[in-house]
Amino acid sequence: MIDKQVHDFDAALAGVGDGATMMVSGFGAAGAPQDLMEAILDRGWRDLVVISNNAGEGERGLAQLIRAGRVRKVVCSFPTSSNAEYVRDAWARGALELEIVPQGTLSERIRAAGAGIGGFYTRTSVGTPLAEGKEQRCFDGVDYVLEPPLRAGFAFVRARLADRWGNLTYNKSARNFGPSMAMAADVTVVQVDRVVGLGEIDPEQVVTPGIFVDRVIEVAAT
Amino acid sequence: MTAAKLTRAQVAWRIAQDIPDGAVVNLGIGAPVMVADYLPADREIVIHSENGILGMGPTPPAGEEDPDLINAGKQPVTLLAGGSYFNHTDSFAMIRGGHLDCCVLGAFQVAQNGDLANWSTGDNARPPGVGGAMDLAVGAKRVLVMTDHCTRDGSPKLLEVCTYPLTGRGVVDRVYTDLAVIDIADGRFVVREMVAGLDADGLEALTGAPLDFADGCGVLSAAIG
Repeated sequence: MIDKQVHDFDAALAGVGDGATMMVSGFGAAGAPQDLMEAILDRGWRDLVVISNNAGEGERGLAQLIRAGRVRKVVCSFPTSSNAEYVRDAWARGALELEIVPQGTLSERIRAAGAGIGGFYTRTSVGTPLAEGKEQRCFDGVDYVLEPPLRAGFAFVRARLADRWGNLTYNKSARNFGPSMAMAADVTVVQVDRVVGLGEIDPEQVVTPGIFVDRVIEVAAT
Repeated sequence: MTAAKLTRAQVAWRIAQDIPDGAVVNLGIGAPVMVADYLPADREIVIHSENGILGMGPTPPAGEEDPDLINAGKQPVTLLAGGSYFNHTDSFAMIRGGHLDCCVLGAFQVAQNGDLANWSTGDNARPPGVGGAMDLAVGAKRVLVMTDHCTRDGSPKLLEVCTYPLTGRGVVDRVYTDLAVIDIADGRFVVREMVAGLDADGLEALTGAPLDFADGCGVLSAAIG
């Protein structure tokens, strides 16, 4: 029998520790697995390397981890949300490393890792500082930059519904990076509002098939 | 006579007039978002938001905001009938794959060859951040720039060569400023419209590159106050 549902954060976070690399879904707070981030905070792990579009936002979740000095590095497209002074502070003190990746390149690098693609060429960033040091190639007269896949040990994803096989649906624009990140980690852990019975999610509506999911934890939406 | 400089809302109105019926557009964070307020009501225009929305609608009434339904600036929005949600990878396939008819981006600097600089002033005292601007710059079929003609301290933003780090190389098609509508053609700025009260020399004095003036260069004005 397959049952990916876990019932406490210790089980959800088994294997995470100091120095873990982790993808964190969300665009701003939409789709961010805030309760999983808080459970990581509670466990005191340090030197975390985070892959996420933003470096957290607002008060909760990844923002708390960065404020608490637990994150060594964030790979992201846009760390400077309007209410992310904590990022500026940590970065200015040299306590936080930032690696900036264009948003579509970030998303595609994650997808490539999940899809077994060894790298891809994109026009994005050609002629900019973000292309420096990267292999470039011209196809049909257009310059492209080679980008490598991006994997992590863990992906922490927020979704709306799951079943025990790990099939997922999302809610509106909270979907964002979830489906790609779920593919690209050794262990994918999903915080969902509700676990439903097998077969209750219409197969035509499954957004992330359960093959990409390892653990599901239900945290009732507040 | 002083130049009849446009307000930011008027520039947004002017851009909106150039977006055709049926177009799919992405409006960058900041001032470009205002273009949505002035899209002509008789045209059906689909707004794309890079965080996974096509058919984005206006701000919801107070009390009806949904934290899971936000725009690229992370403000609450709505979805129009016919709209859809999708993941980030598909969203940027739409952008890079040439499926967007146009995008409107802000700018720190634009060069006469179409180079765009809008993500960094090279100031190492602030953490960098680029978001989706580099993808939009290379991917949209037409890249429109909305900007003040000069910086707050009066320096020109339209230049022979950008001095800030680039967002994209040779990507800009047209620039809308508070003083003029300017195309980029064959490595030159070509003025299509200019506000009343300004002549060619006056505009050139506020621009950091030589200007060509289109035949029948018109008056830039807006039908809103």
